[in-house]
This record gives sequence, C-alpha cells and structure tokens, in this order.
Amino acid sequence: MRIDRRTLLGGFAACFALPAIAAPPDYRIDPVAVADGIWMIHGADAPIEPGNGGAIANIAIIDTPAGTVLCDSGPSLRYGRALRMVAEKLTGKPVARVYVTHLHPDHGMGIAAFDPAIVAALPGTIDDMRRDGRGFSDAMYRMLNDWMRGTELVLPGQPIISDVEDFGGRRLRLIALSGHSAADLALVDERTGLLVGGDLLFHDRAPSTPTADLSAWRASLDRLAALDHKATIPGHGPFDPSGREAIAQTRDWLDWLEATLTEAVRSGLDMVEAGDLPIPDRFATMAAARYELQRSVSHLYPGIEARLLPRIDEPAD
Amino acid sequence: MSVKLMIRAGLALLLATSGLPASARAYPTDPLGSPMWQAHARTLFGDDPVRFDPRVRVAFPAIAENQRVFPVAVDARGIGGVVRIILFADLNPIPVAIDYRPQAAEPYLATRIKLDQRTPVRAAVQLADGQWLVSGRWIDAAGGGCSAPPVSRVKGDWAQHLGEMRGEAWPTGPGASRLRVTFRHPMDTGLVDNIPTYHLEALTVKSGGGRVLGSMEIWASVAEDPAITLLPKAGAGEPLRIEARDTNGRDYRAAVTVAKQSAPAR
Ligand SMILES: [Zn+2]
Repeated sequence: MRIDRRTLLGGFAACFALPAIAAPPDYRIDPVAVADGIWMIHGADAPIEPGNGGAIANIAIIDTPAGTVLCDSGPSLRYGRALRMVAEKLTGKPVARVYVTHLHPDHGMGIAAFDPAIVAALPGTIDDMRRDGRGFSDAMYRMLNDWMRGTELVLPGQPIISDVEDFGGRRLRLIALSGHSAADLALVDERTGLLVGGDLLFHDRAPSTPTADLSAWRASLDRLAALDHKATIPGHGPFDPSGREAIAQTRDWLDWLEATLTEAVRSGLDMVEAGDLPIPDRFATMAAARYELQRSVSHLYPGIEARLLPRIDEPAD
Repeated sequence: MSVKLMIRAGLALLLATSGLPASARAYPTDPLGSPMWQAHARTLFGDDPVRFDPRVRVAFPAIAENQRVFPVAVDARGIGGVVRIILFADLNPIPVAIDYRPQAAEPYLATRIKLDQRTPVRAAVQLADGQWLVSGRWIDAAGGGCSAPPVSRVKGDWAQHLGEMRGEAWPTGPGASRLRVTFRHPMDTGLVDNIPTYHLEALTVKSGGGRVLGSMEIWASVAEDPAITLLPKAGAGEPLRIEARDTNGRDYRAAVTVAKQSAPAR
C-alpha cells in the first residue's frame, strides 16, 4: 500500500484536531470570606455531573503565618491547580498544608496538584484511599472524562497523629471522627472558632451515605454539637453562621432516613418503593434529596432487610 | 433458559447465520431505539403479536447507584388477564432476569438485577390470548454488573450462608397478600474469571394445600442474594410454601404464614 501525502496530512490533522475540540471548560472558583483569614468555596449543591466537573464539595482556605492551608482539594488535577492559584493569590503565601477530610473523590482527588508530603489525612482515610481510590478514580473518569484529564491517584503523605497543628501561631484543632466514612476529619480554627466539618455536615443539601455508619455518624454529630465553635463550613451546602443548623439538619435527615427505611422494610416495601417514599416538607430546602434518598436505599436497604426479615428456610434433609 | 426460549434462541441464531429472515413477523418499531430489540423480540415473542403499552409499569430509580444490585418493579395490575411477565435488560450478556407466571397472584414482581452497561430495562407481559405488551426505559450504568465478581465471592463467605432464606408476608386485602423472600446465593454468571455459572433457576410459591400460586424461572442476571416481592392470592393467616432450586440441583424450602395484620404503610 502506498501512503501518499494527503493520507499523512489527513492523519496529522486528526491528531491535532482532537485535543482542541475536547478541551474542557475551566472551573469557576469564587472564595467568599467567612471569618478572619478564612474563605469558603461553595461547591455546586448537586450530584457529580459533567455540568459542574465534579466541583460539588466545599473547600476552606485558611491564611496562616506559616502559609496557606487548604481543607479539601476538589475532584481533579485541573481543579487542584486552579485552587492553588486562587488561594495563593488571595493570601500571598504558598500552600503549606492540604487536609483531606475523608476518602471521597469530590474532596480528595485534587491533591494530584500538590506535593504529597504537604497533604495530610487521618490514617484511616489514607487506608481507605489506598483500598478504594482506584474504583473512585475510574468512576470519576467515566462520569467527567475531560475534566479529569491527567488526574493521577495520589495518597496523602502525612498521616495525622496529633490533635493540633500550629502554623506559626495560628493553631488548628484536628478532630478524628467517623460515620460519614470510616475516618472523618473535622477542624476548628482556634483564632476564630470556625469549624470545618467535612462531610459529617451537610447543610440545605441531603447527606450522602455510600460509606456511612449511621450510629457512628450520630455519635460524631454529638461531639461536634458539644464543641464551643462559632460557625461552620459544612462539606456540602451553604456556610452556616449559626454553627448549629447544619449539625441539626444532618442529624434530622439521618434520623428520618433510618426510621423511614426501617419502617419500609417492616411494612414489606421493596427498594424501588422505598426510594419513592414521600420526603417530609421540612426537608424542602435540601438540594438533591430524592437523589440521595434513592442512593441511600441502595446503600442501606439490604442490611436492614438482613436484620429485620426473619429466617424462613427449613433445614435441608 | 426454558426449553421453549432456548429452542427459539437457537432457531433465531440458526436462521440469522443462514441469512434467512428469522421470522416473517414485523415487530413494532422500538421507541427506545435499542440495537437488540428485533433480536430479543424474535427470541422471546416469536410469532406472537407484540405491542408497546405504558400500562405495563416498569419502575426503577433514576440512577444505578450499584450496578450489581439495581432494583426494578414491574406492575401490570392495570391490565386484565396477565399470564406471564418477563423482565429483561437488552444489553446485558444474560438479558432475561426472570420469567414469571402469576397463576394465582397479582401480575406484580419486584427484584434486583445486574446491569452490565447502559441498557433498556423492560418488562414484557403476556395475556391469555397470547399477545405481548412491552414497556421499559433506558438506564445508565457504569458497567461490570455481570462481569464483576459478586461481593460475597470477594469476601469469600458465601458458602457459609448459602441457603439462608428470609421473608415475611403481609395481608393487603381479602384473600390478597404481599410476599417478600430473600436468599443468600452468589448468583454467579459464568462470565467472571473461571467461576462457573451457578444461580437460582426456579422458584415456586404454593398455598398450604400445595396449589401453585406463582412460579418463575430465574437467570444469573438477577443480583447476588436475590430479593423477590410477589403478590400471591392468600389471605391473612394462610400458610405459604416457597420452593426453589439452583443450577447445582440444591433445593431451598421455606414456610411463611401471611400475617394476621397488615403493615402500617400500604
Ligand atoms: Zn463524602
């Protein structure tokens, strides 16, 4: 076969054309000042979808004398890079620490943009990411493809073993909790009393439960409620200046969810019907409520059935 | 696969490979535009009349959160004279999940299936006169439902729990009940590594007196640890017997009595 010039040129054109067509849009990152030297980036209160590039988790930027501290890093390399630029411009200081609050990819995959040595997470979170990171990464690529380009799975290099970290005089209290996942980090900035709750706290956005242990989650909410903090940045949803509303709302939803699914199993409903059950009016302000209810049915229903439905098999003879 | 389905599938394949039209029958155009519609229609319906009918209600969640365990409910109670319900997903490697005959039961079936990729999920119900009514929708899925090992294979504890059945039955009206049954079973598809196909293949619900109220054939595209909801015609306090068999010839037997009181909801 003779390869002529035209064929070759055609081939080149195709090679060059592809990346240009597929160039993903940029993330819009708008930090809002919520306390002295602290900004919140409000993620989209929606499911992970191509329209938002997976940027659904809230992120905190804290200006300290020792450098910029980030709580969570977004869903992708591209997001992490943009976040770093925005944050460093805001504070005028390089990023000195990135905390990953828990294993979920909307919070942690952006660490691909940072030196792992400055990325800190609870030991349980690092174990979780080692185990499930590949699966999460595959799912994110499938849902978001171009947004994820170049995002490698990276593990935090710094296991958190102390309960406070001092950044040149600005001290952050580190609280190891669990329930939304096997290891959930919450932080309190001692100077302002601001609490960063990670995904233990959802505010006007229905909680998600893919790795939840509901009783551990409730115990963690008790711990947070007992803190002397002033305001909260929840993992998802708007800033909570009261510091109480996100805690109460998350607890209300979890209590309702567990009671409702338990009652659904007791009354003989199947999963489809349970996912279509009415959601009380008091949750009308919660974004993604039906979506998260149906996800939670998938996560929790078989376990409740195994607990509540009686054994009926007769011994084999 | 039932003998009838198997023969039809084999015949369809034979005719397709010989280049002859498999059936002179023209099936209605698929509103879902599935590439497999004509092939499945030939296999499942043969020369029986077929039409799409929204009264066959196929309900499932908006997203496939877990493609190994995707809940589906088929409700054909709005239609008289249903003798058979087939639940299938066009693009699964094992398309048919359940082939159910509600002999003395409402035409209703809820279960959980595996999804191997984005696919139409459908129910076809057959009426006594032979015609088929079909309905369904597309569902997006990440893939791997049929070609990923079940969770219990990964955990390695399936053998200890094989044969465990749970269930309950609630009265829903005079002579009417809702029965839920769950099994511990790996439901191996035969498509993963070298694990051979191993699944529940038949289930029958009988009255206390031994009359068949409903019976079904089951394929490996039903999710691991199958859960099945049916509406047998049995009143409060009546005993029900459940008999099932898997592809290794293991028998499963259970007894449930329809509760005296209905559950609070429904
Ligand atoms: Zn999360």
